[in-house]
Amino acid sequence: MSLLNAQGLYAGYGGVDILRGTHLRVETHEIVVIVGPNGAGKSTAMKAIFGLVPIRQGRIDYRDENITRRPPEQMVSRGIAYVPQEANVFPSLSVLENLELGAYALPGDNRQRLEKVYAIFPRLKERRRQQAGLMSGGERQMVAMGRALMIEPQLLMLDEPTAGLSPQLIDETFERIAEINALGIGVLMVEQNARQALTIASRGYVLATGENRYEDTGPALLANPEVAEMFLGG
Amino acid sequence: MIEVIQLLINGILLGSILALGAIGATMIFGVLRFAHFAHGDLMAIGAYFALSVVSIFNLPILLALPVAMLLTAGLAVGIDQVIYRRIRQVQPVILLISSFATALVLRSLIQMIWGSSNQVYATGIQMPWQIGPLILKPDHLLIFAAATGLVVFVHFFLTRTRMGKAMRAMSDNMNLALVTGIPANRVIMWTWAIGGALAAAAGVFLGMDTRLHPVMGWTLLLPIFAATILGGIGRPYGAIVGGLVIGCAMELSTLIIPGSYKPAVAFAIMVVTLIVRPQGIIKGAA
Repeated sequence: MSLLNAQGLYAGYGGVDILRGTHLRVETHEIVVIVGPNGAGKSTAMKAIFGLVPIRQGRIDYRDENITRRPPEQMVSRGIAYVPQEANVFPSLSVLENLELGAYALPGDNRQRLEKVYAIFPRLKERRRQQAGLMSGGERQMVAMGRALMIEPQLLMLDEPTAGLSPQLIDETFERIAEINALGIGVLMVEQNARQALTIASRGYVLATGENRYEDTGPALLANPEVAEMFLGG
Repeated sequence: MIEVIQLLINGILLGSILALGAIGATMIFGVLRFAHFAHGDLMAIGAYFALSVVSIFNLPILLALPVAMLLTAGLAVGIDQVIYRRIRQVQPVILLISSFATALVLRSLIQMIWGSSNQVYATGIQMPWQIGPLILKPDHLLIFAAATGLVVFVHFFLTRTRMGKAMRAMSDNMNLALVTGIPANRVIMWTWAIGGALAAAAGVFLGMDTRLHPVMGWTLLLPIFAATILGGIGRPYGAIVGGLVIGCAMELSTLIIPGSYKPAVAFAIMVVTLIVRPQGIIKGAA
């Protein structure tokens, strides 16, 4: 049983398909990375899976349940969390409030969930009273991921989690993602820093113009000369 | 000097009434992204609900207040579910125009049900307190205390409850609220309920301070929008500050210009705000 299995996706805005037969699979405990040039449909694939882009054709299964075209709140209640690339925190709310709202859909006490998130991002505990909009890009990314982790997801979808971060913060973010994955959470992410992302990935997909081009383990994709030349900048 | 203090007292009173209206209008804008033109008439109908409770059950106005707030909250939620909900996906300007139509309907309903002449909650003369040279009516104190209580209540609602936080979150970032699994429709209903209840309170206080007539809310709509814009659109705390500033400015302006220009003062502040600091005192959403 795959954690996530998307097959033959055709999806896009206003009747124009951005995805053209895309397929993706995430197994439990995997980190799966989607790379590819701009406009390849990487972000659209994530949004389509999460119910944010209309799907014209295709099927998405989550742990053997058909979840095609379900609205986002049903994704959340099934344990799928999504972190958009931009505007991914509530700027006027405090860090703590951002995290609490992450668990809005869940019943029960937040204390344990918060402790788990603080264990991964200790900085968020220190700064929990801080207004999220006033934080640095790196800290905001932590808040965004922390918010997503509050629903105790089985699958975490990250859209370019390292965009705009300094090299040091990029390293740290990938470390955290590996740490989150080690807790048994499947990760599906889109990344521009393709080489680094593939280094920690279990598997990777290369997407171009909405179609699957390559699919292999992280190291194998990195070693593939065609992929390196065409998609990883030589 | 005495005159200034007296006008400030009146200004704070008017300001608290404006603030109650503006908090609702700004929250509705924050969550739904449209200027609700029927907000003033919602205030008026709340005032008339209280009038009916007062005259039918012979209750004091402060006991009629919660009833009127509940009824108006229900009415606001009902209007949203029946009218605005169907056109949520269209351009905001269409929502705005339909709220204008709703305003006309509400005002006509008031005239049909309660008549178009001036009415008061209690007849007879209330003896004002004479504190030195200053004049203060007991009702003024009551209005100010109740308005403060409601503002504190809203503050706790917004900062301490799950629903309040969800409301602020939706106002901050609608799309993120959606992917977080915040139930949009429930938050919208609560926003209308709170906005409607506060509007009713503002209407009742206005009726206590002056008198009830069908256009009482409509004429306050401009100062309320001015308060909303001055405070930063979508920012409830800004709306409180905005309401008080506009209220005091309107009253103090009578020192130099005739009182009939009070609404023009609010309008002038609104225009200047839009030119100089369009995001408002507290950085707003639009």
